[in-house]
Amino acid sequence: MKNLHLNLLALILVAIALTLGAYKVVRLGLPLLPSEEIEVWSVEARLSFKAKNKPVKVRLILPKAPPGFLILDEDFVSGRYGLTIHEEKHNRIAEWVVRRAKGDQALYYHLQLTRPPEPKTEAKPADKKNRRELPAVPAQPEYPPDLAPAIAALLDEVRQKSADTVTFTRELLLRLLAPSQDANVQILLRDVKTPHEKVIKIQELLAGAKISSRLIQVLTLQEGMRHGELMPWLQVHNGEEWVTFDPQSGASGVPDNALIWAIGNEPVAMSEGANSIKLDLAVSRHTQEAVRIAEQRARKLNSGLMEFSLFSLPIQTQHVYRVLLMVPVGALLIAFLRNVVGIRTFGTFMPILIALAFRETELLWGVVLFTAVVALGLSFRFYLEYLKLLLVPRLASVLIIVIILMVFISLLSHKLGLERGLSVALFPMVILTMTVERMALLWEEHGPGEALKQGLGSLMVAVLAFLLMKNDVLQHVIFVFPEFLLIVLALTLLLGRYAGYRLTELWRFRTFLSQGNQ
Amino acid sequence: MTSRLDRLLPWRRLLALGILSMNRRNADYILRYNPRHLYPLVDDKLKTKQLALAAGVPVPELYGVVETQYQIPALHEQLGRYPEGFVVKPTRGSGGEGILVITGEVKGGYRKSSGALISKEEFEFHLSNILSGLYSLGGIPDSILIEQRIDFDPIFQNVSYQGVPDIRTIVFRGIPVMAMIRLPTRISDGRANLHQGAIGVGIDLKSGCTLAGTWKGALLEQHPDTGGGIAKLKIPHWDTILRLSAACADLVGLGYIGVDIVLDRSKGPLMLEMNARPGLAIQIANRTGLHQRLKKIEALDKVPASIEDRIRVAKTLIDSKII
Repeated sequence: MKNLHLNLLALILVAIALTLGAYKVVRLGLPLLPSEEIEVWSVEARLSFKAKNKPVKVRLILPKAPPGFLILDEDFVSGRYGLTIHEEKHNRIAEWVVRRAKGDQALYYHLQLTRPPEPKTEAKPADKKNRRELPAVPAQPEYPPDLAPAIAALLDEVRQKSADTVTFTRELLLRLLAPSQDANVQILLRDVKTPHEKVIKIQELLAGAKISSRLIQVLTLQEGMRHGELMPWLQVHNGEEWVTFDPQSGASGVPDNALIWAIGNEPVAMSEGANSIKLDLAVSRHTQEAVRIAEQRARKLNSGLMEFSLFSLPIQTQHVYRVLLMVPVGALLIAFLRNVVGIRTFGTFMPILIALAFRETELLWGVVLFTAVVALGLSFRFYLEYLKLLLVPRLASVLIIVIILMVFISLLSHKLGLERGLSVALFPMVILTMTVERMALLWEEHGPGEALKQGLGSLMVAVLAFLLMKNDVLQHVIFVFPEFLLIVLALTLLLGRYAGYRLTELWRFRTFLSQGNQ
Repeated sequence: MTSRLDRLLPWRRLLALGILSMNRRNADYILRYNPRHLYPLVDDKLKTKQLALAAGVPVPELYGVVETQYQIPALHEQLGRYPEGFVVKPTRGSGGEGILVITGEVKGGYRKSSGALISKEEFEFHLSNILSGLYSLGGIPDSILIEQRIDFDPIFQNVSYQGVPDIRTIVFRGIPVMAMIRLPTRISDGRANLHQGAIGVGIDLKSGCTLAGTWKGALLEQHPDTGGGIAKLKIPHWDTILRLSAACADLVGLGYIGVDIVLDRSKGPLMLEMNARPGLAIQIANRTGLHQRLKKIEALDKVPASIEDRIRVAKTLIDSKII
């Protein structure tokens, strides 16, 4: 049977859509419903320097998989400079080179980060790697003779009060930070001036206790920070992983807003052939849709399916498709309203186009403007009727008048300070013209009642289509899971073989319903 | 039986009565039995007329065809030769739209069947609109047929108001399944289309007698304008009309079709036009569902070849008594 064929086809379409959708939800973690926005940090690193009319080479260490963060996006503003990115030991390095440059130069690096809700997936592979390559036990440093006794005393004291590497480090830091430092500590910190030197000194002390440590450079993220600085922090290895300490507070662990930028005490920005290189870090925070982040994460999982995600399109095009993908839903609604309910409209898809215009004008204004343009256009059309014009010139005249009306309404509403009225320009004018023409014909031939009935019917369908197409959940679902359009298609196909009564036919054939029992 | 369930789910009753819905007509009959390439034969009234003439099917006499705008002004003189009136029709019109029935010429214009006058200028404008495609399916440029005005059979004198009543027969697989007579009213402006306000009166296929009529959804025993009784009229030449309808369906090869026939006082039944998408109001006029009859004919393995046999099948299969 034909219907069996159609039902099978619809079933297959729905099955494909659901399979793809389920894969995206379960495997890739795309949210089925639009969820809240997620916080995104964006960091701008500005490298400024003076070139000396010589070849210039600039190096910048970039964050590499900073723990607790997910890099969403990064980009470089390089100007004429050639850019290469490579990895060196623990760090990622961007290198800009140019054959000749003169005067003030600036290079930019933009980074977008977020804290994923569950960082455990990111952290695990890193652990394993670290476990494999244990850092070498540092060589016993040779302390200056005048300091050696003080160091030995301090280390002994700390060792007695600690159980392992981490507690040892914490105890040591406590001692070094205590406001009332004992004599030994005072001697040790005699010539330590910068935080950087302090961390180096602590590393020296830890080496005395055979503890592997390293310096890391950390950026503390703060909303609106203009000239952020990288602070030296300390990491010690506990035999399994690196444990981070803030040498200023002695606290262990990485705070939520601490971004580990570089590992090692090598300067983050370096240059050859340039003077006075300066790194400026600016930080800002904004929110982004959770779905984008989920999508970017999914992309990192290297799923082939995501290659065909609409998110891979340029933003502008994405916005277009956000709207376009709702058109099938509107079309399904039209098919339903016409074939199951039985509402009559001017032109099959005219209500969808009007509904699309409503998106820009908002509902109330849209209805008011539509009614105004059609009513005014209709009165002009009745006047034209009197002139007995040929069909095509008459249609063209109505089109011209519709456009003049739109201009007029825009100007008037602008003068009155009703800025919404300007959006009348977004109405599809050809559709309005055809609506005016058809309504005028219907008016002439079947009376104003029928014309107003169909006009109101069209407007009502447009409003319904607008409400449906504006639905956020539906918009999200269709945009993130465009395969669900197959379900829309399946439903439309099924509707195409709907042979039952229309709701309006119950009224049309009411004489049969009121017939008694015979 | 109108059970409570039926009142709650009204379509159950319609289904039980075999009322054909618009969707089913389209999906199961028009799409299935009417090959699209044959549509032009009925949508283009000139083609229909030529086919009918070639096959010897009687049709209203064709006075002329207008194809271009410049032919219009010269028309008045030519039309002066038909003092008994004429009919102007869009070749590809639908639903009776754009049809103008002229009963005679008056000074500076024409008299319409409604009695109203139409100036020559308005007449030309109307014709020009037809040529531009205003009344054609899809708005494509059209041509105009000018035909003999039917001098209809006096039996309908009392039951039609300014216009020509016509007999619409639905023919399925070459077998007439349901018929009605459409009576023009003042509201329908002399036209015989139900949605324009004409009265539909069902016809008993066996006897050719009219049943009670329906107008705007209500039952009707008398014509609203003339007061003439519309029930139990015996339609003259009934068997000829059935034969003609079946023959017309053969002519165009469409499986589900509405054939419109008028009764001329002197020439008898004439085929006016055919419709590949006949409306559903005929069910209301007959107070019977079409679907139940269509299903009986669909169940036939083979449809008899001769028209006489088919009409016999129609009369035996179909039980036209009012439910």
